[in-house]
Amino acid sequence: METKETVQVNSESVFNVTDLSVSYGDFVAIKNVNMDITKNKITAFIGPSGCGKSTLIRSFNRMNDLILGAKVNGTITYQGVDLYDKMVDPVQVRRRIGMVFQKPNPFPKTIKENITFGLKVNNMTDNMDERVEKALTQAALWDEVKDDLNKNALELSGGQQQRLCIARTIAVEPDTILMDEPCSALDPVATKKIEDLMQELVKDFSILIVTHNMQQASRSSDYCAFFTTKTSDDGKRRTGELVEFNETSIMFTTPDQELTEQYISGRFG
Amino acid sequence: MLPESIEKNMSSETLITGKKAENAIKESLFLFTLYICVTIAILTLMTLIYDVLSTGTTRLTSDYEVGLITKIQIDNPIDFLTTLDSRYPDRAGIGPAFAGTVWLMIIVITVTFPFGTGAAIYLQEFAPKNKITRFIELNLTNLAGVPSVIYGLLGLAVFVRLAGFGRSVLSGGLTLTLLILPVVIVASREALKAVPDTIRQGALALGATKFQAVFRQVVPSAIPGMVTGMVLGLSRAIGETAPLIFMGALTYVNYFPDTPLSGFTAIPIQVYNWIGYPQAEWKETASAGIILLLGLLLIMNSLAIFIRNRYEKDL
Repeated sequence: METKETVQVNSESVFNVTDLSVSYGDFVAIKNVNMDITKNKITAFIGPSGCGKSTLIRSFNRMNDLILGAKVNGTITYQGVDLYDKMVDPVQVRRRIGMVFQKPNPFPKTIKENITFGLKVNNMTDNMDERVEKALTQAALWDEVKDDLNKNALELSGGQQQRLCIARTIAVEPDTILMDEPCSALDPVATKKIEDLMQELVKDFSILIVTHNMQQASRSSDYCAFFTTKTSDDGKRRTGELVEFNETSIMFTTPDQELTEQYISGRFG
Repeated sequence: MLPESIEKNMSSETLITGKKAENAIKESLFLFTLYICVTIAILTLMTLIYDVLSTGTTRLTSDYEVGLITKIQIDNPIDFLTTLDSRYPDRAGIGPAFAGTVWLMIIVITVTFPFGTGAAIYLQEFAPKNKITRFIELNLTNLAGVPSVIYGLLGLAVFVRLAGFGRSVLSGGLTLTLLILPVVIVASREALKAVPDTIRQGALALGATKFQAVFRQVVPSAIPGMVTGMVLGLSRAIGETAPLIFMGALTYVNYFPDTPLSGFTAIPIQVYNWIGYPQAEWKETASAGIILLLGLLLIMNSLAIFIRNRYEKDL
């Protein structure tokens, strides 16, 4: 794969995004994104609704492939390999780059089966029980469910379901976890648990998180990217663009862009 | 201080319109009309069932004698189900027709389930969304509405003549399969459509292939719906008479079909045949046959509802 010329590999970065734009048919959801995502850090994507944050995060593990008419231009390299190269198998991409969704989506099966499914499809069938325990422990759920692993996962509370989804994601040993508004369907207590969990997980994984919650971004993330929508000159189309990408501490105190400052302080968006 | 008009509107006097009684009468008239509609529908059905039950039970209960001449031979359900047909109404059992219907059900299930669910899974999960797929989908819905006699004609041409299966229970089963296949495919697709997309995405995000996501997560979740569709299709199939007569099922069978290539008759055909005889006693025998058929349909529809309720909450 000829990837050398396109990337100046930064040993610290896990993703390098160059001139990325994603469109659905004629509609350009987000364009001109350039950013390097740092390894073993939490990077948060913030911005108003419709600015393409979710679209962008879904192009990191090629989930956009599943949407009819979605097209990705520009490059995303993952550890130096172009994710959209013809030779790249999206199934392997998703195995290495896990994803947690907005709404908890456990399979309508037992807690254990929710985790073993990923193990089975990835041929990780050795020491399954240990792997299940390890994943649930890492997701801070083991103590709550260890006695009824054969309970239907849908009987868990929303927050537990979401931690189960995180557990099944880390069970297949990815090295990056994408989170698309993982707490938007959860109450503050459950949200707090997920945030604490992220701080533990970031020691082993790189985490990208889309969030609407400013406090969450400022509390949990190391880097922060702010997106907004720009309306075209004729006023008909709205396209998402990256406004600022910076360390979270800088972003929330002395942002470079005025727009960022306005958004963060709640005067816009 | 409020303007006068608003003040007036807000006064409690406007609550009393004098139209209350008028509205109440209108409402009850409308409700009454609806009740009449429902009553007519239910009464018709009840009359039919009462008529059949009161006539047919003579063949299924033992304490009964016909006139002064003879004691009837068939007087309980077991005998009725196991006895061969006869020239005499009081000795005629529905055995061969019952066996024929069981044969038909076995053939229909064996063929319809793999083809019906297979087609549904392909169309819903794998087929590219283009004009051809849409054309096929549209025609499936149309096929589900084609009169059943047409399928009889097709069965006669294809299975009886072309494939050379003759007027056998196999030809009959395959004809009924064609008849219910569109219904089963549509029902199975609905069941697959009802599985939330988040399940597919969840599976794919774990590194499952499309195939693994569909067959290990989506299809198992859709199985109850698919089975329900299958049972409902089957209950339509066993009630059909026209296509079977058209493709040449027999009307008087005095043996039990023992291979798929045996000639056969089925319960509805047997009933149709009996009812055509001039002697009054045949009416009782035919009614007993109808009771059996209604019982079978009731059991199958209950089964479908049971399966649906049992698994519905899991999703």
